[in-house]
Amino acid sequence: MKAPERYYDFEKDISGCGIFGVINRKRGLIPGEMPIQAMTCMHDRGNGLGGGFAAYGIYPEQADKYCFHMMCDDDAAIKGSEEMIKKYFDLHFYEPIPTRRVLAIPNPPKFNRYFVTVPEKPENEFRELPEEDYIVAVVMKINTTVPGAFVVSSGKNMGAFKGVGFPEDIADFFRLEEYKAYIWTGHNRFPTNTPGWWGGAHPFTILNWSIVHNGEISSYGINRRYLCEHDYLCTMMTDTEVVAYELDMLIRKHGLSWEMAAKVFAPPFWDEIERMDGDDKDLYTALRVTYGPGMLNGPFAILVADNTRLMGLNDRIKLRPLLVAEKDDMIFMSSEESAVRDVCPDLDRVWMPKAGEPVIVDLED
Amino acid sequence: MLFQPINKNYHEFCIDRDPDLCINCKVCVRQCSYEAHYWDETRQKVMHDNTKCVGCHRCEALCPTSALNIRNKPSDFRTNNLWRPVFLQNIYKQADTGGVLLAGMGSPVDIPVYWDRMLLDASQVTNPSIDPLREPMELKTFLGAKPRKLDFSVNKKTGKAKLKTKLTPQLELDVPIMFAAMSFGAINFNLHRAMARAATETGTFYNTGEGGLHKSLYKYGDHTIVQVASGRFGVHRDYLKAGAAIEIKVGQGAKPGIGGHLPGEKINDKVSETRMVPIGSDAISPAPHHDIYSIEDLLQLIYALKEASEYKSPVSVKIAAVHNVAAIASGIARAGADIITIDGMRGGTGAAPAMIRDNVGIPIELALSQVDQRLRDEGIRNNVSVVAAGGIRCSGDVIKAIALGADAVYIGTATLIAVGCTICGRCYTGKCPWGIATNDTKLSKRQNPDIAAKKLANLIRAWGHEIEEMLGGMGLNSIESLRGNRDKLRGVGISDTELDILGIKHAGR
Repeated sequence: MKAPERYYDFEKDISGCGIFGVINRKRGLIPGEMPIQAMTCMHDRGNGLGGGFAAYGIYPEQADKYCFHMMCDDDAAIKGSEEMIKKYFDLHFYEPIPTRRVLAIPNPPKFNRYFVTVPEKPENEFRELPEEDYIVAVVMKINTTVPGAFVVSSGKNMGAFKGVGFPEDIADFFRLEEYKAYIWTGHNRFPTNTPGWWGGAHPFTILNWSIVHNGEISSYGINRRYLCEHDYLCTMMTDTEVVAYELDMLIRKHGLSWEMAAKVFAPPFWDEIERMDGDDKDLYTALRVTYGPGMLNGPFAILVADNTRLMGLNDRIKLRPLLVAEKDDMIFMSSEESAVRDVCPDLDRVWMPKAGEPVIVDLED
Repeated sequence: MLFQPINKNYHEFCIDRDPDLCINCKVCVRQCSYEAHYWDETRQKVMHDNTKCVGCHRCEALCPTSALNIRNKPSDFRTNNLWRPVFLQNIYKQADTGGVLLAGMGSPVDIPVYWDRMLLDASQVTNPSIDPLREPMELKTFLGAKPRKLDFSVNKKTGKAKLKTKLTPQLELDVPIMFAAMSFGAINFNLHRAMARAATETGTFYNTGEGGLHKSLYKYGDHTIVQVASGRFGVHRDYLKAGAAIEIKVGQGAKPGIGGHLPGEKINDKVSETRMVPIGSDAISPAPHHDIYSIEDLLQLIYALKEASEYKSPVSVKIAAVHNVAAIASGIARAGADIITIDGMRGGTGAAPAMIRDNVGIPIELALSQVDQRLRDEGIRNNVSVVAAGGIRCSGDVIKAIALGADAVYIGTATLIAVGCTICGRCYTGKCPWGIATNDTKLSKRQNPDIAAKKLANLIRAWGHEIEEMLGGMGLNSIESLRGNRDKLRGVGISDTELDILGIKHAGR
C-alpha cells in the first residue's frame, strides 16, 4: 500500500497504564464485578483519560453472529454507520448498548450494537474477500469514511466497552456488573500527550482479537511503515493498533502460531540464537531476519485475547510489570499483584513470567 | 621571480617555515612527493616552492621540530561572489592545457548536508533509555533478499515448529558499516590487505572495487564483496567465487554517468596482474556496461552472476544517486538484485572530472529516503537490502542513514582518513604522500598494513559503540527497530519540501 501523504506528520500517543486479565479455563462465567474491582485497585496507574474492558462469552444467544459495537458522536454518525452496516451485512438484531448516566462522565457518545452476518452473495466492492477480511474491510471503511462513527469491536460472542474516564467509571457507565464472561481484560490508561478520545482507549479490537497494552512501543515508526507495506493503515494514534494489526497479519494471514508471533514481538537475542541447535537456530534467525521490522521494541506488557485464549507477553528485557496467578480454573494476569489479591486473596500459584516469554492459557474444551 | 604567469603566482597554499626552529634535517624534502621542499646547495639550507604544495600536511606532521605550518595563501583576488577564485584558477589551468579538469576525493562544493539538518530522539520518563554497558544491544544486520512471509511445518508429536522457507544467501554483519569499494590500484595493496583484515576482525565486509582481487587476499573471501564494473577488470570465474557477495557497479556518486579511470601512472606489475591490463596503460572503464542498455539487460547480468556463483552469493547493484533514483531502484529490485547500493554525490573518488563531480547527482540523504519509501510503497522493500554511501562522516551520520531506511552503510573517505588521509584531493597523481592513493613502492611503504588494519578496526568498533549508545538512548535495543523508523528523526532549519522528501517532521513537532 502506498503510504498516505505526509504520513510522517502522524502523531502518536504516549501513555503508561495498568492492565488486568482473567480467564476461566472451563468457560465458567466470571461476573463483571471482579475485573472492575481489580481495575479499581489499580486506579493510580491511570489518570482518568482512558479506561476499558473486553468480555468474551457475553452474547451466547447470538454467538454465531458478528457483534458490532458502534460508537457515534451524533445522530448523523448513527445514520451513516447504520446505512453502512445494512449495505454490507444481513442485520439480525440491534439495540442501544445499555448505559447509565454517570457524574464522572460528561457528554458521552452514543453506543449501539448490531448483530450481523456476511451475506451469502454480497454485491459490493468487497465481494471477493474471505469472510474475515470482509469484516475487517467494512470496519476500516466505517472508521475512515463515516465522520464521528467508530467500530469499538466486531467479534463473535464478545464485546469491548471503553471510553474516556477511569475504568471504574466506564464500567459504571456501561453497567458492566450486569455482564458475565469467561474471559475479561481491563485497562487503565495514563496518556501524557493527548486530551483523550473514546476510540483511543483500550482494549483495541479487531474481529475476535482484543488487546490491552501497557507500554510505549519505541519501534512504532517502523512497525507502522511495515504494516503499511502489508496494506494495514494505522489511523488511531495508539501503538496498540500496531499490535492488533501485526497479530492479524502474523497469525491469521501468515499462519504463524501464537508462540511464534510472540517471538516476532519479543525475539530471542542473537547470542541466545547462537547457542541454539541447528533447526532452532535457522528458524529464529529466519524469523528475526524476515520479521525484524515487526519486532516490538521498547517497554511493554500486553494481554491478547480471543474466544478461546488469553496470552500475556512482556518485552524482551521486561521493562513493564506483568504477573501471572492461578486459582483453580482461573488464571489472572495483571500489572500488580495487589489487584489480583484484592479479588482473589487465596492463590494457588503466583509468578513473574520471564522477559519475552509468552504465557498462553487455552480453554480446556 | 618577476613576470610569472598568473597561474604560477596564484597557488593555494603557503609553506611557513620557522627559521629559528628549522634544523635543516631534510625530512620534509624526503617526505614531499610533490617536491615542494628542496635542498638549496648554494645557500646550504632547506628551501621550498609554494606553488608545488598541495596542502597534504605530510611535512608538517613529520617535521621533528614543528617548524612547519601549511596555510591557505592569504593573497586574494578582489571579492566577487560570482567569480570565486576556484573558477579563475580552473580557467587559467584549462587555458594553458586545453584539458578536462581532473579532481580527487568527494565534492567540496557547498550543497546542503542534510545529516547536519537532522536530529535524533532520546527517551525521557515515558519509556526507559537502555544502557548498553549493562543490557544487550544488538547491531547485527543481514543483507540480502528477505521473504515476505515464512512457512513452518509443525511436528505433530512435539508441537515444535520447523522452518520450511529457505532463505536466499545473506551477508551477516556484526556492525552495519562496511568499507566502500576502493580498487586495488586506486589505493595500494597494503591498504587492501588492511581493509580485508579489519573487515574480518570486526565481522563486516570490504568491497574490492573494480580492480579485481589479488590472489593473496582470497583467504579473506568470507568478508569480501567482489565488484564487477563496466571495464570488467580482474573479473574471472575464481574471482566471482572468491567473495561472499558480488556487486555490479553501474555508477559512482562522485561521477554519475561515466566509468572509472585509473591513470597509467598507478599501474605497476601487481596492479597489472590483478586487473589484467598492461603495466603503465590507463585503465578506463566504459561509461555504461556495454551489455546493459536497459533494465532487462541488468536482470540478465544479475542472473549470469548468480549462475556463476552457483546462487551462493547475493548480488548487489550499485548506482549513483541521480534524479530518478527511486524508480531506478525499484527496477533493480524487480530485476532480482539482493542488495541496492546508492552512492550519493558527495562520495569520494580517486579520479573524476571536476565538473561531473561537482555538478552531477543528488545528496545521499534525499536519494536514500526516496528509495526506501518507494520500495515500501510498492511492497518490495523486503526483496532488497539498501546500502547507503557517499559522505558518511561519523556514527551520527550512520545512525541517521539507518533511521531513514538504510540497512547498512559504506564508508570510503572515512576509511582513508582513518589511515592518515587529509583530503588534499590529488589521488589521481599517484603521488599520495601519505602512501594511500599510490602504488609507488617507496610511498606505499608509508602504510604499514598491521597498523592500518588496527586503525580501521578501531574505527568500526568506536562507531559501533557510539551507535549502541544512541540506540539505547532512544529506548531501542536492536538496530532493526531503528531501521526506517523516521519517527526518531526531526529536521531543523529545512523547508517543507525537504521535510517531505526526507519523510520527517520538523524539530518541535
